[in-house]
Amino acid sequence: MTHIDQSKIRNFCIVAHIDHGKSTLADRIIEQTGLLTSREMQNQVLDNMDLERERGITIKAQAVRTIYHAKDGEEYIFNMIDTPGHVDFNYEVSRSLAACDGAILVVDAAQGIEAQTLANVYLALDHDLDVFPVINKIDLPSAQPQRVIEEIEDVIGIEAQDAPLISAKNGIGIEDVLEQIVKKIPAPKGNPDDPLKALIFDCIYDSYKGVIVFCRVMEGTVKKGTKILMMATGAREEVVEVGYFGAGQLIPCEELSAGMVGYITASIKNVKDTAVGDTVTDADHPCAEPLPGYKKVLSMVYCGLYPADGAKYPDLRDALEKLQLNDASLYYEPETSIALGFGFRCGFLGLLHLEIIQERLEREYNLDLVTTAPGVVYKVFKTDGEVIELTNPSNLPDPSSIEHMEEPIVSAEIMVASEYIGSIMELCQERRGRYLGMEYIEGTRALLKYELPLNEIIYDFFDALKSRSRGYASFDYDIKGYEKAQLVKLDILINREEVDALSFIVHADSAYERGRKMCEKLKEEIPRHLFEIPIQAAVGGRIIARETVKAMRKDVLAKCYGGDITRKKKLLEKQKEGKKRMRQIGNVEIPQKAFMSVLKLDDKN
Amino acid sequence: MIQNEKLADSGRCGEELMLYLHIPFCVKKCRYCDFLSGPYPQEVRKKYLKALMEEVRHRCRELSEKTVTSIFFGGGTPSLLEPEEVEAVLGECRKYLLIREDAEITMECNPGTADRRKLLGYRKAGVGRLSLGLQSPREEELRLLGRIHTWDQFLETYDQAREAGFDNVNMDLMSALPGQNLRKWEENLSRILALDPPPEHLSVYSLILEEGTELFEMKRKGLLCGELALPSEDEDREMYHATARILKNYGYQQYEISNYAKPGYACRHNCGYWTRREYLGLGVGAASLLGEKRFSNERDIRKYMEDPCAGRQEEVLDIKDIMEEFMFLGLRMLEGVGRKEFRMRFGKSMDEVYGDVIRKNCGDGLLVDDGERIRLTERGLDLANYVMAQFLSQEDG
Repeated sequence: MTHIDQSKIRNFCIVAHIDHGKSTLADRIIEQTGLLTSREMQNQVLDNMDLERERGITIKAQAVRTIYHAKDGEEYIFNMIDTPGHVDFNYEVSRSLAACDGAILVVDAAQGIEAQTLANVYLALDHDLDVFPVINKIDLPSAQPQRVIEEIEDVIGIEAQDAPLISAKNGIGIEDVLEQIVKKIPAPKGNPDDPLKALIFDCIYDSYKGVIVFCRVMEGTVKKGTKILMMATGAREEVVEVGYFGAGQLIPCEELSAGMVGYITASIKNVKDTAVGDTVTDADHPCAEPLPGYKKVLSMVYCGLYPADGAKYPDLRDALEKLQLNDASLYYEPETSIALGFGFRCGFLGLLHLEIIQERLEREYNLDLVTTAPGVVYKVFKTDGEVIELTNPSNLPDPSSIEHMEEPIVSAEIMVASEYIGSIMELCQERRGRYLGMEYIEGTRALLKYELPLNEIIYDFFDALKSRSRGYASFDYDIKGYEKAQLVKLDILINREEVDALSFIVHADSAYERGRKMCEKLKEEIPRHLFEIPIQAAVGGRIIARETVKAMRKDVLAKCYGGDITRKKKLLEKQKEGKKRMRQIGNVEIPQKAFMSVLKLDDKN
Repeated sequence: MIQNEKLADSGRCGEELMLYLHIPFCVKKCRYCDFLSGPYPQEVRKKYLKALMEEVRHRCRELSEKTVTSIFFGGGTPSLLEPEEVEAVLGECRKYLLIREDAEITMECNPGTADRRKLLGYRKAGVGRLSLGLQSPREEELRLLGRIHTWDQFLETYDQAREAGFDNVNMDLMSALPGQNLRKWEENLSRILALDPPPEHLSVYSLILEEGTELFEMKRKGLLCGELALPSEDEDREMYHATARILKNYGYQQYEISNYAKPGYACRHNCGYWTRREYLGLGVGAASLLGEKRFSNERDIRKYMEDPCAGRQEEVLDIKDIMEEFMFLGLRMLEGVGRKEFRMRFGKSMDEVYGDVIRKNCGDGLLVDDGERIRLTERGLDLANYVMAQFLSQEDG
């Protein structure tokens, strides 16, 4: 059979600052195009779709193929690949970009360019993608499309005069976007008859099909029966099925050839055989060298994840293994805590990533978790010349054997309305920021450049930024490197017992302040017991702060009206239920959320 | 099957029955009250009584083999009823049930709603025990609580009640009120104890701010501060322990977490709830314990009046539920729970089921175990819920 005509394929993604309307535009594009070509309609693919429906496979809307009947009378295949907008996920964005040939840049007509607009555009340009802008939300009363067009041309330097003016929410101007996709996004290249070379940009685990690999075919063709080789892991499998992405379903097809985006199943049961970023080739006719893939992603934020119920440890391990398949940026290794038992030290791209993983584990895998205080990776230079990369504060060597320590530093760009420059600079100062410079963007807004220690921004910097600028600041950062810093380990003692899961590394100058706040917070979180509980913060064995949870004084229901025993019993049951969400440490019961409380120390800002 | 027989046996205490009649009317809602009550127009009251009579007929007929040992008119303000109405309700009960000669018949009565004529009438109708909703002998506290009466009005009602022949009188008092302190509370108690004759029974409750009440809203708005500051937990407990101490000196015995009585005057009806005697609750929202089932009536007064026997919720208790109730209800009584009685009711030893919990709480100084009975200690009384919750089983590990 003949391969699909490459010139009629458009592989693209949509990039935007968060909340500028990327997902809404994606929905409109799916709505206003069809899922099948007229040729496919005759090929009984519908039956297969039903089969898929029975299987009930649902895929997060991360890639979808639609058919567009353009004004030139031709049918075009659109492969649209979703990208996250948040700064934590630059890595995810970059792997989606690698599967595309072009990108649509969505900019809010009222807000204009934001920090992540810039970050994402630069990322797309780095991948040699053709980018065209779309001005969204033109129906807002505060919309200033002409101003935003000029801003795009001035700041980013891409042509924007003919950018479609749209309202994705109200379906205005979508046709214009579809036509520009055809005209401005280049068709894919690559020879369908060359040896197979396909990039894995995502995978999911399905209990029927095993691992489902999402890939972009760069060269060659893959079909049922092809013996494939995963070039990085060395795994060999025979392809069971290939197909593409319907809206919410996987739709099998005969083959995927150069330029196409789709999925491969090959009864891969061992999730470790598949790595996102790896190259798939034909085992019998391998390509000469793999695709560049992605740069190995580094975890920025680490924390301990423990099952609330110790017996669920194997469940947590399985869940992490499956999640990692879908999210290569997740790192984990087993660890033990005196306080919490067996668990995992996990690495994340950022705090949002951490929260998402935690939520997915709890929701999708029905696990009840205890999370320890997040931290970054410190470099510990010992007097004997050894260098340790410290991810768990408990592993900090004896201070006498430490020559010095280094912490990660980021270069941050903050875009802010002029009237809030002062308060944002103050915030950066408080967070030990080093001012690098400032650029005005057409008088009303400025781009502030700072170097900041990563451990000062992972907790609540984003929230503080938003609250101090009334929402008119955006933020993006890149890891710059490591710098020497005066760091200490802050320990927390509850009822005179050190709780390893609550220790964290902090700059010596803020140890006292953090220790004090931490004790205050824990005092709020820990319920009264029969006895008094001292909560202490210590650095190197010296107590620097203390609070006391007073002994329980009263817990009695005086009246019991008209023999309503059921109501009284419900009250007691609720009380008992509350105890189940506690973690016993020594003879003190600590609520699970207390372990995350270090995160919310500054929420009174 | 064997278990079911035991269940039936343990649920019933002979053929005795207590009656509770709910009268949901009051002159005006008090600021602390979250009971099912409120002011209603005259015609609703009439309609409600008709419905109540209908429920009496329907339910009492089913239980006609039982003997009634106590009756309690609770509210609301039952003393809004005319003596003839009380007589009619009691008469309707008598048609189907044998009310024992010495049955304890209590009526709650709010000062300012009953006069000499009414009190004499209640007495004639068979009411032998009066429970007066005083709450406080202090004018500013009465106003704060939103009570409709003054201290003087109370005194008048109290004298009239004594004159009418009531020789078994309870008073409800509240401690830990906004602006109260230990000294003021002790003065309150002194005033009550100076009455001649003093009451035979006292129910003393710490104020609880229940959601949806006016006082709760006042607290939420930050109005309970300064002069009206709520006493701290420590002060609350000081008042509580002072109460037991002072009343003991005056010859009252504390027999339950919140109740104190002169010898022989403990409220039998109230004790019946804690010792799991059977009771039939009549009226809107009323609760019942019959056999191994707990019931609660329709809580919507309009729906209740349409069909007083519809909308009753039922909960079937299993042997585990009954054991738990035996423990946590029994512990409200200062005499506590007895090992012998437990074994008689359930056919196994209390220690086999609750040994660990008993030992732990004895160790913590919250329970005391004399070999026969388990009781709350003074500290245990302060933390009764904490202790009681431990007797409930974990539903799912």
